[in-house]
Amino acid sequence: MISLAGRDIMHAWGKFVFTGMGLGLLIGITLSMAGIYRGMVDDGKALLDNSGADLWVVQKDTLGPYAEPSSIFDDAWRGILGMPGVARAANVTYLTMQVRQGERDVRTLVTGVTPGGPGTPGWPPYLVAGRQITRGHYEAVADIATGFALGDRLQIRRNHYIVVGLTRRMVSSGGDPMVFIPLKDAQEAQFLKDNDAIRQQRRRTAANPAFNRPQVPDLLNAVIASQSTNAYVNAVLVQIEAGHDANEVAESIRRWKRLTVYTRSQMEEILIGKLIATSARQIFMFLVILSIVSAAIVAFIIYTLTLGKIREIAVLKLIGTKNRTIVSLIMQQSIALGLIGFVVGKITATLVMAPIFPKYVLLEPLDSLIGFGAVVVICILASIIAIRAALRVDPAEAIGG
Amino acid sequence: MKRLPIQKRTLAMFAVIIPLFVLFVYVALRSGPLAPVSVTLATVETYDITPTLFGIGTVEARYTYKIGPTFAGRVNHVNVNVGDSVKAGQELGGMDPVDIDERIRAQDAALKRAKAQLDEARARLYFAQTQAQRYEKLFALRATSEELAATRRQELQVAEAGLNAAREEVARIRSEQEALIAQRDNLRLISPVDGLVVARDADPGTTIVAGQAVVELIDPESLWVNVHFDQIHARGLAADLPAQIVLRSQKGETGAAGHVLWIEPLADAVTEETLAKVVFDQLPEPLPPIGELAEVNVDLPALPPGPVLPNAAIQRIKSKLSSKLGVWQVKNGELQFTPVSLGTSDLDGRIQVREGLKAGDQVVVYSAKALNTHTRIRVVEHLPGVKQ
Repeated sequence: MISLAGRDIMHAWGKFVFTGMGLGLLIGITLSMAGIYRGMVDDGKALLDNSGADLWVVQKDTLGPYAEPSSIFDDAWRGILGMPGVARAANVTYLTMQVRQGERDVRTLVTGVTPGGPGTPGWPPYLVAGRQITRGHYEAVADIATGFALGDRLQIRRNHYIVVGLTRRMVSSGGDPMVFIPLKDAQEAQFLKDNDAIRQQRRRTAANPAFNRPQVPDLLNAVIASQSTNAYVNAVLVQIEAGHDANEVAESIRRWKRLTVYTRSQMEEILIGKLIATSARQIFMFLVILSIVSAAIVAFIIYTLTLGKIREIAVLKLIGTKNRTIVSLIMQQSIALGLIGFVVGKITATLVMAPIFPKYVLLEPLDSLIGFGAVVVICILASIIAIRAALRVDPAEAIGG
Repeated sequence: MKRLPIQKRTLAMFAVIIPLFVLFVYVALRSGPLAPVSVTLATVETYDITPTLFGIGTVEARYTYKIGPTFAGRVNHVNVNVGDSVKAGQELGGMDPVDIDERIRAQDAALKRAKAQLDEARARLYFAQTQAQRYEKLFALRATSEELAATRRQELQVAEAGLNAAREEVARIRSEQEALIAQRDNLRLISPVDGLVVARDADPGTTIVAGQAVVELIDPESLWVNVHFDQIHARGLAADLPAQIVLRSQKGETGAAGHVLWIEPLADAVTEETLAKVVFDQLPEPLPPIGELAEVNVDLPALPPGPVLPNAAIQRIKSKLSSKLGVWQVKNGELQFTPVSLGTSDLDGRIQVREGLKAGDQVVVYSAKALNTHTRIRVVEHLPGVKQ
């Protein structure tokens, strides 16, 4: 049996394939948009995964350290380490800032990690090049998205850091790549003013008669020294001992240390439900609108394609072709068009579009499957409208004007 | 022949459609979450690790002399400026003596007066002695009464006492004068050592309290670096170990040789650091400024050879039951997690393996993603996207 649809496609296959490709680009954009949305959510989760923590201990009544500023004393971890169920506790600081390298600067999330060794909470869990930090100062491990290479010298505030290792997919919830540096340096970077500001502060303190007292000559120096220290970190990352319940450990820290503690699920709620909620919803709305528009365009294309063949359909009717044959002709064509569109869309989204976006685009297989289903359903729905038009055509039109 | 045009078209169509589908299958399987993760492997080597400790510190002077007055007063003059070299015994400055000179002059006059009184007492004594002798003789001849003789004897004793008092008075006043002179000398600020002036804290006319420094000296020969080592990395730190000192101003150079002088018995409990003093084997020329930041590498003795790993290979795997440090190994094309127990590491990122691996074992060192036992992997030479 000859396939009417196949024959018809063969008849003008160039036109058909190009229409499919155009459709594919549209589907590709829709898939990319879904990927952008997924990537955004995944950025938030990546941040949590990378920290390696089960619990986040932050300043009381804050949503720190990612969604709100939080600062706790840098010796609080000792007390937390003593709590039952806590296996490891490590200080961490986070600061989003421009990191300079030569002429350019890159927006990064500078993370201060406790010295210790690989596997310490907060350390990059895996590398793609180089090594982990071994010195307690002036070394950095950077995400490869920063564009830094091994051996580069970075400038963070007034200190220079050598890039000793590179890692991947270590990003802040905003998608900024992370740069890991030793905690002491990070504490300094977070609170260290530029030299001018330090000098001005010294002058201001010296001008204050309460601090600059002739009877107590060393007081001024003591006050200045106390002004230029930083004994704070943003959070303590806690890993719990195997066999303990995260919620119970969190509750006991909350109760006895009077600090706020978040578990992994609470942190996810904060990051995804609060921190990136509006921007994610923005992208999601865009995705919804784009999907609707794409669906409409697909429907129009199929409808127009069918209407373009209305004379041929009339001839078919005139020679007594069954309605069923005509319906399957149109439907097969439209599904074939959808298939080509989807294939082209998936390829362009993966190979062409996703890599050029500056932020992470996560193309999930499930999203592709849903997209595929949606494309097929839209094609069928659109062909139904076209079929109605085709079946209503008067066979006389084949001969008439 | 009639079917040929259709066949041509069909062929052309397949020529487009088939590569498209091949590409699609490739894209679906080789990118995104389903794609195999690229990993690179490294071999566990036998290596004699030389652990190095890294710390930062500031250049300080071992001996600092704060020269100031012992009494509150006003600075009269300061002879030296910052950067001057001074000799031991050199006068650096002086305090305003206020009335000490006048008091010394008063003591001078008082001394003279006391001496005059001494002369007077001597004269009295001499007269009393002659009188007493005369009356003794007269009394012996019974030419005078015993009472008169006793009176002369008593007058002699009084005169002797008067002379003693006058003599002691002279000694007292002389001592007081010496005390004042000593005090006046004490107002001079004298350098106790050969040294370098590093601070001039007060200028003439300034009133300062007792003990406050006017001039600060250091002994430039005694420069050392006060180094902080994070306690977690301070194991094995000991006196006399060789060290390299890189000053902040010489960043990028090899640095000066030195050695650890001693480890401070008191660690910094707040910053969790161990303190040590590192001295230069040969003082750099010119002298580094006091307070300059220095990076110090202390070399520990090399360890006996043993299996070592790159520290990038070490990962922590959490499961419901345990959380272990270990490495990923590829066995029969599948990933397998091997827990390891680790020893000392050096600054180049090599870390000793105590248990779990032996030399020659292959481990995953870099991976493009976090791994788990179900990850499909592809072993590559270099990870894609990493600049070499």
